[in-house]
Amino acid sequence: MTADEIKLAIIDILSDIAPDEDISDLKEDVAFRDQLELDSMDFLDIVMELRKRYRIQIPEEEYTELASMSSTVKYLEPRMRDVKQ
Amino acid sequence: MYDTIIIGAGMSGLAAGIRLAHFDQRVCILERHSAIGGLNSFYRLGRRNYDVGLHAVTNYAPKGTRRGPLARLLRQLRFAWDEFSLSPQVGSEIAFPGVRLRFSNDFGLFESEVVRHFPRQKDNFRRLVAELCDYDQLGRAGTGCSAREAVAQHIDDPLLVEMIFCPLLFYGGAREHDMEFGQFSIMFRSIFLEGLARPLVGVRLILKKLVQKFKALGGELRLRAGVERISVSNGSVDKVILDNGTELECRRVLSSAGWRETMRLCDEVNRPDEHPAGRLSFVESISILDAQPRVLGHDRTMVFYNDSDKFHYGKPDELADARSGVICSPNNFAYGQPLAEGVMRITALADYDRWAALDRQSYQLAKLRWYDRMVASAVRFVPDFRSAVVETDMFTPITIRRYTGHENGAVYGLPQKRYDGRTHLKNLYICGTDQGLVGIIGAIISGISIANRHLLEG
Ligand SMILES: Cc1cc2nc3c(=O)[nH]c(=O)nc-3n(C[C@H](O)[C@H](O)[C@H](O)COP(=O)(O)OP(=O)(O)OC[C@H]3O[C@@H](n4cnc5c(N)ncnc54)[C@H](O)[C@@H]3O)c2cc1C
Repeated sequence: MTADEIKLAIIDILSDIAPDEDISDLKEDVAFRDQLELDSMDFLDIVMELRKRYRIQIPEEEYTELASMSSTVKYLEPRMRDVKQ
Repeated sequence: MYDTIIIGAGMSGLAAGIRLAHFDQRVCILERHSAIGGLNSFYRLGRRNYDVGLHAVTNYAPKGTRRGPLARLLRQLRFAWDEFSLSPQVGSEIAFPGVRLRFSNDFGLFESEVVRHFPRQKDNFRRLVAELCDYDQLGRAGTGCSAREAVAQHIDDPLLVEMIFCPLLFYGGAREHDMEFGQFSIMFRSIFLEGLARPLVGVRLILKKLVQKFKALGGELRLRAGVERISVSNGSVDKVILDNGTELECRRVLSSAGWRETMRLCDEVNRPDEHPAGRLSFVESISILDAQPRVLGHDRTMVFYNDSDKFHYGKPDELADARSGVICSPNNFAYGQPLAEGVMRITALADYDRWAALDRQSYQLAKLRWYDRMVASAVRFVPDFRSAVVETDMFTPITIRRYTGHENGAVYGLPQKRYDGRTHLKNLYICGTDQGLVGIIGAIISGISIANRHLLEG
């Protein structure tokens, strides 16, 4: 998957978790926590959705990499390069 | 072979089931009854649907709120806010002789009422609220510290103390007279700081949403499938055996049947009874009216009343205790359209053993007699609606026992909660009323958090 595809995949996961939010104007560099007030349970859900949908395993010490859209895409890009949509 | 078997299709079991099925587990929920919902069920009598359990959904938050238990559970279960169709309360009241404290979903009203009636307690009350706001909301706290003692450190007017405790004990008190401060904080937040709401059609809407989602995710629900026994070998569960003898193999079991009830299902020798059973149960009278309560001069959603300065929350010395109670009018929520009929429900404390000891005829008679006593007591605090009554019913601790399987018809389960959800067996967990959180929202959060903590790994 390309960086753009990964971004779309994350947007899809976020709109699944928070259907009432307007994800379209999400700011790239601001933490999800601050924009959407996601808590630790929600972060775990992003990790689990990635595992469910793309078989990506993220070790617990690296959860912090998923703080914002830009850091998430940067972190996932090398790991999802070979993943097919 | 199931990944997880869940005992009980109440709020907590259904919520846990959704979490597990969403993350691709093979899940089966087993329910003894022919209907889902447990305590929050409903029944049909004379062409009418009666709600059991639900007065109001606590922890109300308007659409767009991102924090708090309601927002959290909607995200965890992947629901949009609109799907629960919650209409907020119109306004409620705590009524003691000579003093009435009004409250609504705007905490400012309650605060100003406290200040108006108890001016000297103004700063004390604010300090109490600040302290309890710091408490963990997930119910993990479990400090064991007495709420009575903690509140007394701030508030020194005994009447105000009783008035604050009255709704909180009625809506979540598993033990007599007092509760744990952690539990008190959760209840205070859920009723006063957040607030009350109800879907127009009642609790069945929420149940229906939960079941639909569970099934759409591939979850399996079996009704009339009571678990008779949990079979244990080498310190873990290997299968469960149903009332009809069917055996089902599974990797893990999550039970919402209650702690003692679950222990009793395990087939190894004598589990010591380390936790005494809860003793508190309720009776409820339901009156159908030929007019909307508002027309009769009653516009409150809930009235928590007590007829003296001291509130007695305990097992009564008679079948029930008519000195205090909860009056709920499901009509008085801010719906877009009115309910078809006027309804007044009155809940009071009751003694399971005394109801259980009655023979059929005395039971019917006692229902009639206590209907009259409870309504007569309540109309001292709300307009007398008796001339508008067209139909009545009563449910008792026996009914509650029938719907939930809880020993003693104990509405809020064990006085001593099992916050971590673990048991003596490594693949048996509990959720729901005995795990720590009570009420509809509490039970749903309990199912979610125990599923997340213990059942979603690996
Ligand atoms: C009169 C009354 C009024 C209430 N009002 C409110 C209110 O206004 N607001 C609010 O939030 N809460 C209210 N509650 C409390 C709320 O209903 C409960 O806290 C909540 O429903 C508990 O859910 P649960 O999933 O923990 O347990 P339960 O609802 O008890 O579910 C347990 C399920 O397990 C099933 N079961 C038990 N044993 C077995 C077995 N061996 N095999 C198979 N199935 C089994 C039972 O049949 C049941 O369906 C009220 C309760 C009562 C009684």
